[in-house]
Amino acid sequence: MSTPEIVFAGSGGGALTQIADYEAVGGFAALAKARAMTPDEVIAELDASNLRGRGGAFFPTGRKWSFVPKPDRIAKPHYLVVNADESEPGTFKDREIMLRVPFRFLEGCLIAAHAIESKHVFVYIRGEYEQEFEVLVAALEQMKARDLLGDVTVVVHRGAGAYICGEETALLESLEGRRGQPRTKPPFPAIAGLYASPTAVNNVESITTATAVIELGGAEYAKLGVENSTGTRVFSLSGNVVNGGNYELPHGFPLRDLIYGVGGGIAGGRTLKAVIPGGSSTPILTAAEVERVTLDFDSLTGAGTAIGSAAVIAIDDRCCMVQLAVRVSQFYEHESCGKCTPCRVGTRWLTSILQKIEDGRGSQADMDLLLSVAERINGKCLCPLGDSDAIAVASYVDKFRDEFQAHIDEGGCPLHGSSSLDHVLAPVAMHTHHHAREVVPL
Amino acid sequence: MIPLYDRIQELKAMYPDPRSAVMPALQLAQERHGGWLPEQAFREVADALDLTPAYCLSIASFYDMFRLEPVGEHVIEVCTNISCGLNGAQQVVEAFASELGLGAGETSGDGAWTLRTVECLGGCGWATVVAVNNRHRLHVQAADVPGIVAELRGESA
Ligand code: SF4
Ligand code: FES
Repeated sequence: MSTPEIVFAGSGGGALTQIADYEAVGGFAALAKARAMTPDEVIAELDASNLRGRGGAFFPTGRKWSFVPKPDRIAKPHYLVVNADESEPGTFKDREIMLRVPFRFLEGCLIAAHAIESKHVFVYIRGEYEQEFEVLVAALEQMKARDLLGDVTVVVHRGAGAYICGEETALLESLEGRRGQPRTKPPFPAIAGLYASPTAVNNVESITTATAVIELGGAEYAKLGVENSTGTRVFSLSGNVVNGGNYELPHGFPLRDLIYGVGGGIAGGRTLKAVIPGGSSTPILTAAEVERVTLDFDSLTGAGTAIGSAAVIAIDDRCCMVQLAVRVSQFYEHESCGKCTPCRVGTRWLTSILQKIEDGRGSQADMDLLLSVAERINGKCLCPLGDSDAIAVASYVDKFRDEFQAHIDEGGCPLHGSSSLDHVLAPVAMHTHHHAREVVPL
Repeated sequence: MIPLYDRIQELKAMYPDPRSAVMPALQLAQERHGGWLPEQAFREVADALDLTPAYCLSIASFYDMFRLEPVGEHVIEVCTNISCGLNGAQQVVEAFASELGLGAGETSGDGAWTLRTVECLGGCGWATVVAVNNRHRLHVQAADVPGIVAELRGESA
């Protein structure tokens, strides 16, 4: 299968960080084209492309922009906010986009700003991406010197280490100088987002792809990929594979070919046990299921999971699934913003029960309790964070129940001493207030 | 060096609402105070932004990258999330711990080192990812650790 470069177009495997080099490969032609179009015409191209959000929610980008009211309807400033807070475990694509094609990304920002008639762009970049921040700021300076921004201001705002700020309303709170805790919706950001003004919030890859959509035309772009999942996607491949990295491939690419072909197979000649297909929030697939799915919305949804952030994590046969569940749950426990009880308390319970099972102190009642807590989190939280923990953990139990059962029956971890996640130390485990906790089964 | 107060006024001017400058202001204050935020820093930021020190502390305590205790000259942060964990992150943590004589979460008595584990740093395909003073090193293995420590010791000497 040919693998067209849409997001990374022109970079030839390297980085385009000098504006002259970017212009030499046709850079900013899409911006000129978009500025010669009306905002509605730009949105119509996006609609025709059927580009859907690359952050994880897969919401159609054109439709999102069309929800932002025209300036004569709400006479407040309009904002474009770009979510560059990429923090979903397994995901590292936006980082490479910003490093290698910063101008293509910023060009997309200006196209999007034109489409929603905004003069103010904020790029919220995760604090850990220091080098990426510097690359963006340097690229912006070069664009200012060329007078490419016009009357639009672009501010790159650094986060400070909070996964929850990847949730769009938490991100807006954070950008307003508050703790990053999600807001209740409605109102939706399109109507009352940043500073209670009309706001579009888009992911880095979505915005960068918008540049390509204008370049190629929406209909042409839609020919790539498969039905309902048009275009290419930057897949982040990690875990126990030979060649981890980002790969831009058309939607509909077989998952097995990503792992065994592009990814070079499982490292150390081991065998594949499971795959998390779309970032840590998505339900796990068994090795057998991997053979049957393709990397697109419909195929993965049909298999009971999701394409999410397109972060594929391959897990080999050494890994204990209970340890995996503990580690994933520790992450969500650590990152819970604390606003709603099912998430704040529930994620902690999940971790504690899982740890008890892993340590060989679990009983049959703990298994029931585990699933019951997961059920009592799922669907009862303000934002998807709590649900993510519940759904991920429940999927491990569902697919690898025998392994959980063996921990209880044998009074310990059957893989202990050889599991790849033995004793792995999570940040939350370093918190002193967590040392003495114990779960008492109901 | 431009006084902190004046730099914060510049940051303020980038946003429609000055409150938005609280995070960049705290980041700057943290740099100026040797990598952490003592009480004094909250007073300075609050003063420059017309907020209260308590408000600034409530922001700082929410985000992991703001430090409320002194940190070492070199801050070593090892990602132990899924992909790094599957690729030997724990062995990397233990190698740093034995090389530095320091547990994870601790700062050495001489103020030279802080060792922590952190959540996913966004470099999963290049595991294990280790942030050394915020700069990411990729593909780190336990065997690389003595070399990294020696290199950093050389820098401070
Ligand atoms: S689900 Fe969790 S992270 Fe989301 S708002 Fe509730 S407490 Fe916060
Ligand atoms: S899991 Fe270590 S960088 Fe993502």
